[in-house]
Amino acid sequence: MTELEIKQIIFKLLKQIAPDSEPESLMPDDLIRQKLEIDSYDALQFVIALDEHFGIQTPEEDYGKIETLKNLTTYIQDKQFK
Amino acid sequence: MVEFKMPSLGADMEDGTLVEWLVKPGDIVKRGDIIAMVDTQKGLIDIEVFDEGTIAELLIKENEKVPVGTVMALIAGSNEVIHHLEKPVMEQVSETTTPKEVVKAVGIPETPEPKHRIKASPLARKIAADKGIDLTRIIGSGEGGAISKEDVEKAIIEQMAPLAGANIVSDQLPDQKAESIEIKKGASTESIRMAVAAAMSKSNREIPHYYLETKIDMSKALAWLMDANKKRTLKQRLLPVVLILKAISKALVEFPDLNSYWADGLQHKEAINIGFVISLRTGGLMIPAIHNVNNLSIDEIMNSLNDIIPRARAMKLRSSELSESTFTVTSLGEKNAETVYGVIYPPQVAIAGIGSITEQAWAENGMLAVRPVLNITLSADHRATDGATGSRFLMAVKKYLLEPESL
Amino acid sequence: MNTGNFIKITYREAIKQGIREALQKDENIFLMGEDVGHYGGAFAVSKGLLQEFGSERIMDVPLSESGFVGAGIGAALSGMRPIVEIMTVNFSLLAMDQIANNAATLLHMSGGQFNVPLVIRMGCGIGRQLAAQHSHSWEPLFAHIAGLKVLAAGTHEDARGMLLTALDDPDPVIIFEYTFLLNKEAEIPTTAGAVDITKAKVLRQGTDISIISYGACIHKALDAAKELATAGINAEVIDLRILRPIDDSTILTSVKKTNKVLLVEDAWASLNVSSEISARIMENAFYELDLPVQRLSGVEVPIPYPKHLEDAALPQTSDIINQVKKMLQYG
Repeated sequence: MTELEIKQIIFKLLKQIAPDSEPESLMPDDLIRQKLEIDSYDALQFVIALDEHFGIQTPEEDYGKIETLKNLTTYIQDKQFK
Repeated sequence: MVEFKMPSLGADMEDGTLVEWLVKPGDIVKRGDIIAMVDTQKGLIDIEVFDEGTIAELLIKENEKVPVGTVMALIAGSNEVIHHLEKPVMEQVSETTTPKEVVKAVGIPETPEPKHRIKASPLARKIAADKGIDLTRIIGSGEGGAISKEDVEKAIIEQMAPLAGANIVSDQLPDQKAESIEIKKGASTESIRMAVAAAMSKSNREIPHYYLETKIDMSKALAWLMDANKKRTLKQRLLPVVLILKAISKALVEFPDLNSYWADGLQHKEAINIGFVISLRTGGLMIPAIHNVNNLSIDEIMNSLNDIIPRARAMKLRSSELSESTFTVTSLGEKNAETVYGVIYPPQVAIAGIGSITEQAWAENGMLAVRPVLNITLSADHRATDGATGSRFLMAVKKYLLEPESL
Repeated sequence: MNTGNFIKITYREAIKQGIREALQKDENIFLMGEDVGHYGGAFAVSKGLLQEFGSERIMDVPLSESGFVGAGIGAALSGMRPIVEIMTVNFSLLAMDQIANNAATLLHMSGGQFNVPLVIRMGCGIGRQLAAQHSHSWEPLFAHIAGLKVLAAGTHEDARGMLLTALDDPDPVIIFEYTFLLNKEAEIPTTAGAVDITKAKVLRQGTDISIISYGACIHKALDAAKELATAGINAEVIDLRILRPIDDSTILTSVKKTNKVLLVEDAWASLNVSSEISARIMENAFYELDLPVQRLSGVEVPIPYPKHLEDAALPQTSDIINQVKKMLQYG
């Protein structure tokens, strides 16, 4: 899966959780939750959606590794190709 | 014969519009069944029935807006034989004595006229006609929602800042109905804002708040949670707020004065139903109740949150969830301000504010350390309790959070 | 003028002073009725008058209402000014034919040739435990009859003065006096005398609601208004006084001021005076109304003998207070 494809899916999932936000406007180093005003409950839903879509497992201690679009994309790529 | 009435879903609700009946005469209903959908300032609400029996008659038509307390349907008990019933006397009188009012929805062309008759005193009608006030936009304060002179005078004053949200009601084809509900939802964002404004103004005007705050070292609680989450699948994972809700519910058992209503004195509430503040992405709040929190396990509380949060966001809550909370918790979640002081939701007498858990310098046993710290506040009604009670309550919450395994 | 001086007297004494003043003023005036002379009146209203004015002026009559009312009509037709006392309204039905078919109609039937300047006084009202055959508020029966003037003397001033004005009227006048009030004391001006008998009277000014009543009931209305004032409700109290012909203007002026009306009377609800007032307000002041006109009337049963049931059959001060609060939503 290319980086672009991963980003497309991330945008789609974010849009589902925060319908009125604009994930496409995220810069690579923006903090996703802050920029899109996602609270802790929605953040959990987002992680659940990520795990389901990409077939990965995201333990709680990894939450710090998926805060920005760049980090998250890398994290998913690493997990998928492992 | 049991009367099924338009329920009050909070002190600020004055009326509701029946959007859809989910039952028809002859249907058998039991306690807890959802029998109608009602549009309120807080969005579309599923209305439950609290009696058993057979629907005898539906008195209110779909898309009709009626004041709280209006009889909407009659339910025959299991032993009753259903006779054809005459309409309630009140309605008969209004039909014969109230002149038919032609209502034009100003500025919204080609919109069907609302079907319900407007009850207004002759004097109110005269003043409204003189001043160009649209009676359809006034909620009457009189018997059966009748509009009085005073209501019209208030409306004249408020004309400068009118309540937005034209009630677009469609009784057309079914496929157009979905559209009309969408429009209503759009309008209700603003009406939710007005509802919050009304409730909070009332609270700040009438309730003498006192505020307390304490800091709780959450390292044990978070460690326990981390451990617990390892044993759970992602979907069962717990949020810290669940532990806090549980701790608060246990503390409320010890301090019933805080789990009460203030209405002509203190009224203890037996059930501990915690209203959990959910902010809507479009602005405004919903406060659905989690019932009997003290009797729920940690996982059950999390399940409740998983159930109500999406429904609150979609404005699809049940009537009992909006009207039965006895204490409110507002929680900012992670990565937010550390401290929040809530405004009490009347007629409740207290609200707990949960700030973000942040790493802070922590002095203990003569040593400095860094700990995850929760700032928890209590805003309480000084008519109902004194600071001493509030303080002991917060200490109890702290005690439970320091022993997470006890929860 | 000595308007600042007041005298405290009973309602009974006020009536008696009125009768005495009339008898002193005009030799054509005389009083006739059951036991008015030697016995001094069934309620001691005319005590001593026989001694003062003699048996030509104070005339005991046989127990025959139809007969002596008829005699009164005859005397009036022949130039006298009779005051006929019917002991209580309960017995007046025996004289109803004379009142309704003769006194009320002769001016019309004679093509305007014969006036009947007759005044009939009757004891009236409920509240003295006299049971179903001796307790009635039958003002509405008389107020229905065209050709009569019907007055209700609810205050001491009217008890003192209505008779004097009525005697000047060329046509038949019925005056209701309230036996319930006979021993009640009140202050009236020492100069009290003839009063107007065309207008209703605002007994208490107010802005929030008009309480309209007549007869003994107005005292409950006034007590209620006093009590309501402590709750911040400013009630206007109107004494109708004249039940036929009704003075619309005083009522309508008040309705325009308060926009809300409560009608109170002891008489049975169906077709009582309040029914008529309510209809007139609806016809003439509909667009001034901010609430439906409400009535408190007597319960439609034969008046019970036991005190607590008799009380329950009539609107009481507390009922008026509760009804007003309900109408104004003071909880």
